[in-house]
Amino acid sequence: MLLEGWGRYPRFESETRRLGDPLAVPRLVAASRGIIGRGNGRAYGDAAIGTRLTLGALGLDRMKAFDPQSGHLTVEAGVLLSDILAAFLPRGFFPPVVPGTKLVTVGGMIAADVHGKNHHRDGSFGDHLEQLTLVLPSGQAVTCGPSDNADLFRATVGGMGLTGIITEATFRMKPVETGWIRQRTIVARDLAGALQALDDSDAATYSVAWIDCVARGAGLGRSLIFAGEHATRQEVMPERPDAPLLPLASPGRLGVPFDLPAMTLNKVSVAAFNELYFRRGARNGDKPFLTHWHPYFFPLDGVDRWNRIYGRRGFLQHQCVVPPATAHAALAEILDRITRSGKASFLAVLKKMGAGGSLMSFPMPGYTLALDLRVTDETFALLDQIDRIVVSAGGRLYLAKDARQSRQTFEAGYPALQRFNDLRSAIGAPGHMASHLSSRLGI
Amino acid sequence: MTENRKTMLLIGATSDIGRATAMAYAEAGWQVLLAARNVQSAQRNADDIATRTGAGVQVHALDILHSDAMPGFVDSLPVLPDTVVCVVGEMGDQERAQVEFDHAAMVFRTNFEGPALLLGHFANRFLARGSGAIVGVSSVAGDRGRGTNYIYGAAKAGFTAFLSGLRNRLAPSGLRVVTVKPGFVRTRMTAGMKLPGLLTAEPAEVGAAILAAAEGKRGRDVIYVRPVWRGVMSVIGAIPEPIFKKLKL
Repeated sequence: MLLEGWGRYPRFESETRRLGDPLAVPRLVAASRGIIGRGNGRAYGDAAIGTRLTLGALGLDRMKAFDPQSGHLTVEAGVLLSDILAAFLPRGFFPPVVPGTKLVTVGGMIAADVHGKNHHRDGSFGDHLEQLTLVLPSGQAVTCGPSDNADLFRATVGGMGLTGIITEATFRMKPVETGWIRQRTIVARDLAGALQALDDSDAATYSVAWIDCVARGAGLGRSLIFAGEHATRQEVMPERPDAPLLPLASPGRLGVPFDLPAMTLNKVSVAAFNELYFRRGARNGDKPFLTHWHPYFFPLDGVDRWNRIYGRRGFLQHQCVVPPATAHAALAEILDRITRSGKASFLAVLKKMGAGGSLMSFPMPGYTLALDLRVTDETFALLDQIDRIVVSAGGRLYLAKDARQSRQTFEAGYPALQRFNDLRSAIGAPGHMASHLSSRLGI
Repeated sequence: MTENRKTMLLIGATSDIGRATAMAYAEAGWQVLLAARNVQSAQRNADDIATRTGAGVQVHALDILHSDAMPGFVDSLPVLPDTVVCVVGEMGDQERAQVEFDHAAMVFRTNFEGPALLLGHFANRFLARGSGAIVGVSSVAGDRGRGTNYIYGAAKAGFTAFLSGLRNRLAPSGLRVVTVKPGFVRTRMTAGMKLPGLLTAEPAEVGAAILAAAEGKRGRDVIYVRPVWRGVMSVIGAIPEPIFKKLKL
């Protein structure tokens, strides 16, 4: 079967099998080589395409247990974040960390050690795990956690599925009084202002900046910073007396029914979009207002299959993180290249990160910038230039988004790679667990 | 267990339709009892439903081919349920069933004899109590026998007739009997088949349709989950036999 990631680039043939019963996983894993697990296919590049066999985990979709006292939730690895929200938000619980889409599996969230708008305060998803069950390349099922088989745990969280197949996980949900977010919008005139505004928002639970990638010169990096808190009952009731305190997502959705011609996202339309977005945000000013949880956390999930707006050839997402000391210079240079190239990104998201996580986790203290670029003949050379800026700034790229970085860029960014490789060798993973990402990067 | 909650029994709880139907009832606030031959697999679904909804879900062992054990099974339930839904089904292998009569007998017994006998026990107890609803999942395959699946189709035709007769018998006492003909459903049983999108339902749609038909204010007697099937089957039913027998279906 021809498989692709969310960015629709690249595409590879792989044999596929659907996992339906956790007890059947060990035999399947032991009997093959060149295997990788795949959740809901939201990794952008080649991370979830096996060199020979791709094991689809969406049939491992049972929830197992929930303890409302501790908030501990145990689920099979193919359970979707959207199902967790649907089942638990009405009962006043929210996941500890959510990425930019709710259409991801728990197994995928662990393999990529995803982060959210609260990374600067709460860390990544892996920081909230109690335990996970992993089927090793040998077919042996083992449990591991922060203090139980800790080496294996630290290699598996953020390990892009390369230590085995995750079948089950237990993590801590957090209590919330409402499903509303009290949002504050801060306008930053340039990149320095945006970084300052993110620093000033350290105390906020959630913070993220949208950068207008078309603005150049003195306005380079002008941004809207969205800070947010889970609203309390007392905050929601006077303002929205008729609204449900714990609303579910509205079922009404837009969709992109077919590949749009690549023209749709030309320079003019992107500029118009950014102008509109910037003005709309600025008009709300400094005054806090209530936002529904769904558009706050998952604005793009409102548009079904939005990845089609980039046309048949697909798109690349480039997400880097750079340390605080080099951040301003490096990010300014990256934004300058992007804006001057005229290949303005539809989305540019800037976020402050806190402490790093496991061996191969993407987050590290600093600032992360994410750009989307349509695939054209020139895109790859442009991104290679940007990678050089990231490497010399001491940064790295996010593997869950990656489809094209070089081995050199990768090795420069992940200093724990040797320890990861040693652990993989000890469990017989090399060659056995293998995605197109791992073979491209020489893991 | 909460006193005022109604209780439903789902027979065939390891199937995708069974799981989705039990989930629909649990979400609507019902107490759920699951019955299946494979208790371990049913427990996986019970834990899932309980975790998602906060409802209590119990698992009971049942082999639909052991008719002698049925009265004991009904007695062993913590409570006589308000509604019983039977989704038991086994398509079997038509070509094998044409030559291996044990296989054909298994298909007949699993799809017709077992479910009919078990629902018969519940019908009698519901009559004695004066309340209860019975839902049987049959199949459009039972509407007219076709060369490619008439063993399964014949069993389902028998089950459809049984439900129709039972409905006729219980209606004067105000008891509801619902026949469900799901059409194509995207499940493990149909995985790998090429199914026409418009005619194919998701398991959750079947669950919601059963809940609405059995418990809604306007009860329904016979439902096709996707209404388009009613038209499809009336066309298939209207083809004259001299022509029908020559079609490859």
